[in-house]
Amino acid sequence: MSRDTLINLLYLVAATTFILALKGLGSPKRARGGNVVAAIGMVIAIVATFFKQVDGHSLHHVPLMLVAMAIGVIIAVPTARFVKMTAMPQLVAIFNGVGGGAASLVSITEFSHIHSTHPATYVVLEVLLGVLIGTVSFSGSAIAFAKLQELMTGRPVTYAGQQVINAVLGVAGVGLIVAILVSSTSALLWVLLALAFVLGIAFVLPIGGADVPVLISLLNSFTGLAVAASGFTIGSNLLIVAGTLVGASGILLTRLMSKAMGRSLANILFSAFGSATTGGAGASGEQRPVRSGSPEDIGVLLGLASRVVVVPGYGLAVAQGQHVLRELAEVLEAKGIEVIYAIHPVAGRMPGHMNVLLAEANVPYEQLKEMDEANTELTTADVALVVGANDTVNPAASEDKSSPIYGMPIIHADLAENVVFMKRSMRPGFAGIENELLYNSKTTLVFGDAKDTLTKLVAAVKAN
Amino acid sequence: MGNVLLQYATVLVLSIFVGIEVIARVPSILHTPLMSGSNAIHGVILVGAMLVLGAATTTLETVLGFLAVLLATLNVVGGFVVTDRMLEMFKPKKSPSKPQGDRS
Repeated sequence: MSRDTLINLLYLVAATTFILALKGLGSPKRARGGNVVAAIGMVIAIVATFFKQVDGHSLHHVPLMLVAMAIGVIIAVPTARFVKMTAMPQLVAIFNGVGGGAASLVSITEFSHIHSTHPATYVVLEVLLGVLIGTVSFSGSAIAFAKLQELMTGRPVTYAGQQVINAVLGVAGVGLIVAILVSSTSALLWVLLALAFVLGIAFVLPIGGADVPVLISLLNSFTGLAVAASGFTIGSNLLIVAGTLVGASGILLTRLMSKAMGRSLANILFSAFGSATTGGAGASGEQRPVRSGSPEDIGVLLGLASRVVVVPGYGLAVAQGQHVLRELAEVLEAKGIEVIYAIHPVAGRMPGHMNVLLAEANVPYEQLKEMDEANTELTTADVALVVGANDTVNPAASEDKSSPIYGMPIIHADLAENVVFMKRSMRPGFAGIENELLYNSKTTLVFGDAKDTLTKLVAAVKAN
Repeated sequence: MGNVLLQYATVLVLSIFVGIEVIARVPSILHTPLMSGSNAIHGVILVGAMLVLGAATTTLETVLGFLAVLLATLNVVGGFVVTDRMLEMFKPKKSPSKPQGDRS
């Protein structure tokens, strides 16, 4: 067996591990193993590549390559290890962005290498697509990162003629690709690069903070496609398989995510969500009466319950309250009170984000209930304890046809005997929409930081 | 050349179906780890980056190739480590409780 055949065989092994890994991610028990399997496949592919021949010689610049890899490892490992769990979405965004950038660079470099040999038109097209998609993913992810990291406003950034400008940019991109194909002027490639960079930014700016996770998923899919395009250019089945797998599954995942928010993908991308309700803090003119209570009051209420359903949201994560929440649950359980958690598919900032955060606090997996099951449980619950969630329990989603979140499935906290709402203030949630549940006669509000309030609740329940 | 292109196109089409088929069975709670995991997988662009740097003959190509390898390494390593960290938390619980310290 020739060396090349062996390397290609190892690439096939790697591609297989990627498929197995994606499949493994379908079950909580096998997911971690799946990820490890893919990592092993990746190492196999990388090591094999060191032995590959290009242009009839073994790889040049191997020391340089090792230096680049070492720098990458030194930056990536601590970043990935020590960033807070709440910052996970932006971390995924940035690692995705650099992948898009890498795909774009691979395409450019390969083009620079082969363009003197007058490559076939379809090869040039692959290069151009790789550059366009990869760069859009790079700059788009950078903006998504900035939004989530709160380096810039999370609200949609809109300006006059935005749709028109974006459309013009898009058309210019296609025009440029055609121009390059026809004229084979390689200098235009740099113009395309710059244009793609601006397009990525322009594409992401009007998307509001709450929708950014869906966007990251889409950009993740884009990077996959850019990788597949690079695979065509450099003639690598491995890159085509892996890139396409991610591209296809990413688009499906993106659709599932937007479905969980009750909206279409087009609506998320092009509607500048929330701009109609930017009234923001306390815009509602009249003060409506609400009932608020002290942590001690709630402690008594919880102590009398036999069944408590916790509805956690992003506010819990921001306050880093998940550990105290688990403590509260344990104190309640010690009193023979049943506690379960109702997890909305988009609780937190990404689907599954809340599960990750609660798992981090050692909340038993079996106590986490998905929305439908949780809604059944809520009909027999004494108390629904809403911690830092808002939009995911907003009845407007099922009742008010004019609401921007109309159609989004929600957790029906109002089915429980009592609703306790922990909030920092009366301000509307992420989507900027007033929540009727706050004014419901079953509802008691507890104002304050979620972690502080939970700590007081633990003390109050213990004192009972 | 046309045959090679056709072969790549075949791989592309089959991969699309595999990608969709494999994802269709993932429960929603695992969507975030899944996104992160597939993020790591497209880090395979590192292989492409190594090949272009390995073939680089001009300074421009070398610089671009170097950057590509660097960015791709960030993608691969960061992607797998983050995913592992997320999934670590889904492991079945052994003892009822023992706070393992707030790492954040």
